[in-house]
Amino acid sequence: MEGNMNLSLKVWRQSNKDTAGGFENYNLDSVSPDMSFLEMFDVLNEKLVVEGKEPIAFDHDCREGICGSCAMYINGRPHGPLKGVTTCQLHMRSFNDGDTIVVEPWRAKAFPVLKDLVVDRDAFDRIMSSGGFISVNTGNAQDANSLPVPKEAADDAFSAAACIACGACVAACKNASAMLFVSAKISQLALLPQGQAERSIRAEKMVAQMDAEGFGACTNTGACSAECPKEISMSNIARMNREYIGAKFSSTAV
Amino acid sequence: MATSSRLDAKIPQGPLETKWSKFRSSVPLVNPANKRNLEIIVIGTGLAGASAAATLAELGYKVKAFCFQDSPRRAHSIAAQGGINAAKNYQNDGDSIHRLFYDTVKGGDYRAREANVHRLAEVSGSIIDQCVAQGVPFAREYGGLLSNRSFGGVQVQRTFYAAGQTGQQLLLGAYSGLQRQVGMGTVQMYNRHEMLDVVVIDGKCRGIIARNLITGELERHAGHAVLLCSGGYGNVFYLSTNALGSNVTAAWKAHKRGAFFGNPCFTQIHPTCIPVSGEHQSKLTLMSESLRNDGRIWVPKAKNDNRPGNEIPEEERDYYLERRYPAFGNLVPRDIASRAAKERCDAGYGVGTSKLAVYLDFAAAVQRYGRAEANKNNIHNASDVDITLWGKAVVKEKYGNLFDMYKQITGEDPYEVPMRIYPAVHYTMGGLWVDYNLMTTVPGLYSLGEANFSDHGANRLGASALMQGLADGYFVIPYTIGAYLASEIRTGKISTDHEAFVRTEKEVKDRIDRLLSIQGKTSPETFHRRLGKIMWDKCGMARNEKGLKEAIAEIRQLREEFWKDVKVMGTAGYFNPELDKANRIADFMELGELMCIDALDRNESCGGHFREEYQTEEGEALRDDENYMYVSAWENLGNNKWELHKEELVYENIKIAQRSYK
Repeated sequence: MEGNMNLSLKVWRQSNKDTAGGFENYNLDSVSPDMSFLEMFDVLNEKLVVEGKEPIAFDHDCREGICGSCAMYINGRPHGPLKGVTTCQLHMRSFNDGDTIVVEPWRAKAFPVLKDLVVDRDAFDRIMSSGGFISVNTGNAQDANSLPVPKEAADDAFSAAACIACGACVAACKNASAMLFVSAKISQLALLPQGQAERSIRAEKMVAQMDAEGFGACTNTGACSAECPKEISMSNIARMNREYIGAKFSSTAV
Repeated sequence: MATSSRLDAKIPQGPLETKWSKFRSSVPLVNPANKRNLEIIVIGTGLAGASAAATLAELGYKVKAFCFQDSPRRAHSIAAQGGINAAKNYQNDGDSIHRLFYDTVKGGDYRAREANVHRLAEVSGSIIDQCVAQGVPFAREYGGLLSNRSFGGVQVQRTFYAAGQTGQQLLLGAYSGLQRQVGMGTVQMYNRHEMLDVVVIDGKCRGIIARNLITGELERHAGHAVLLCSGGYGNVFYLSTNALGSNVTAAWKAHKRGAFFGNPCFTQIHPTCIPVSGEHQSKLTLMSESLRNDGRIWVPKAKNDNRPGNEIPEEERDYYLERRYPAFGNLVPRDIASRAAKERCDAGYGVGTSKLAVYLDFAAAVQRYGRAEANKNNIHNASDVDITLWGKAVVKEKYGNLFDMYKQITGEDPYEVPMRIYPAVHYTMGGLWVDYNLMTTVPGLYSLGEANFSDHGANRLGASALMQGLADGYFVIPYTIGAYLASEIRTGKISTDHEAFVRTEKEVKDRIDRLLSIQGKTSPETFHRRLGKIMWDKCGMARNEKGLKEAIAEIRQLREEFWKDVKVMGTAGYFNPELDKANRIADFMELGELMCIDALDRNESCGGHFREEYQTEEGEALRDDENYMYVSAWENLGNNKWELHKEELVYENIKIAQRSYK
């Protein structure tokens, strides 16, 4: 061990989605400020294994802030105290020696806890399946440069497409609304000429699926965007509402 | 040397330029009614897997796709940063299919198959078309057309990109295609499922055994073909730029069931990664190669110079890549840039506290861009402060997310002080041996993307991994699989009650039970870390006979210890990530030995494989084309014994030369 920080951790433990969970307390010494938050959890888990206790389950994979797996609710905030950062990119230098840190899973009806800090986010995949795409089979495409896209539209579409589907927006929202996630995809495709053909039906279907999954409504509080590690803008939600209302006026579908 | 009679690469006859088009128009087809009755299993949902699953479903096959992550969108392709190559010649700078083909074969140090690489270059343009049609937001110029940049080992601008998140955007494109098929019911998606074995019946691959990672249950899935798109095995080194879950298990199980493993020792060490900061480190983070477009790499001219980088004056800096390789400068291929960094650090010129780092400096780029901005705005007496400000803004637009990531990890601001970088394991060129159709040596079992060995030879060029993954999935397998499935239309539904399924499932279960029953004293993680250290020290950036022999002995010893002393907590009957990890590490321990055996067999240096005994006077890799111009395809004989089969590489269209980037 190389560090000098001593921490108290209160971590949510839960065996599976059918049992009740609760907080467990752990003390961890000699934490280095250069460790990432998840590396601190690695050290804790290694310690638990040596003590013959079951390690804490948590989702993680790329550990460079892009896969969207990691999902810890740290001291009451998704992904912890920093702006624009996932849990895996959060480092212990953002905490102080002697701190007590509370770690919970995402809390939302549509994200049931599978174990400890791991939740089920399949609802996001189902929303994508309902319409988060352009219907183009492989082999049908024209030459890429035959369809110019104004740089501004391309840049805005890219900013919306930067969403990593971690679910922090849902966790941050008092209503567990998924509007930021859904609107990011609707915006990306509505901004691009390729997305125009299915623009209306996409908005209708994705919103319908979002509602069916049990996510709450939006009250424009903005916690989602404030806590989003990719800083997806609230203006996407406004755009989604315009898309949806426009679609509904002429809808024959959903 | 002649190719082993056990290997048939099935390369079509005829001139290189027409092999693929001729093959496509003559390969057997499966009629739509029959496609509905043929089931295809796809393992992994990265670029190769997602694109293959979506495309095959569009064609009418019944597809089942599996990933160990909680969503297919999280496969590690998502982390690719820099870009994707395509021979579009949009920049009018002389690019062509032939040039992309040539650069890739040369970049691979003449250890890749000509026919495969040419096909890759041929379909590269269609990939960009397909991605744009899906709504992938590539970077664009003000006129609305696509933007390009340069990557290492190349003198044209053929790399398409979406800031530093190209892999993410391409994967989300493929994922959207996949989810569309899932919604239509043509693909059945199995998240949080890990393939733990393939089932072989009468010599043909007929299905898999998978573990539901949530419930712990073992499941049998039958298919007329199985596609392994399970990525690379860089995590055998413990520390790498791979995601923590990336593993070799699917490929390794296939290997143990008869699929030969190709060129296992060909590992790519990427030159620009954030250096190791301490013992706790769980992974290394890549800084995209695109940074070498504008960043200049240097070390101090004096040994042990402890001044901060930005205080060392210009004349006391050694821009060693520009000095050694004036033609390509900072954009030499990865293997060369990595070795050059190691050479400087070993010689005592390294920087930072560990002295295992070199500088990647953007000060010159900031000035250059700042002045260009001033000129654009017709300001010809701009102050240095303004120029620096404008320059930083341009650099931010190009590389902002990478700079933020660097700052987040190191706590240093790369806009103010030069970045510190050091090579790290990034990609594995080796993988399952496949023929031109991407089929392994087991009929019905295919391998796509990084999981196969096929296109990059001994060294992969930047922005070529994304190209290969999507080429295999979108444009190769949909055609080549017909050659096999056309003969499967009479097979009918495959029963998972077959004795082979029962037996294979039992073998999987027995191994899990064995892992859980040891209850030793050491965590799986500790074994992994020890394995990684052996691999990095002795089978890493530089290898030699003595070290490799030691490594083989040490790995055998470690493996023995693992099976006596590993402690896996919990049981098999529920969500148990510790068990998943132990299962993967057990396979890495076998693969590590084979990598060393392969490296020991190859008495030459080529690409990412640098044997210290074989180098030129200037320290460049010294190939031995007369004796080693072959693909090593290893057959598993059981009990950690292997037999080498050689596929001779024949170059009819490229003149073999000493690779030079000077």
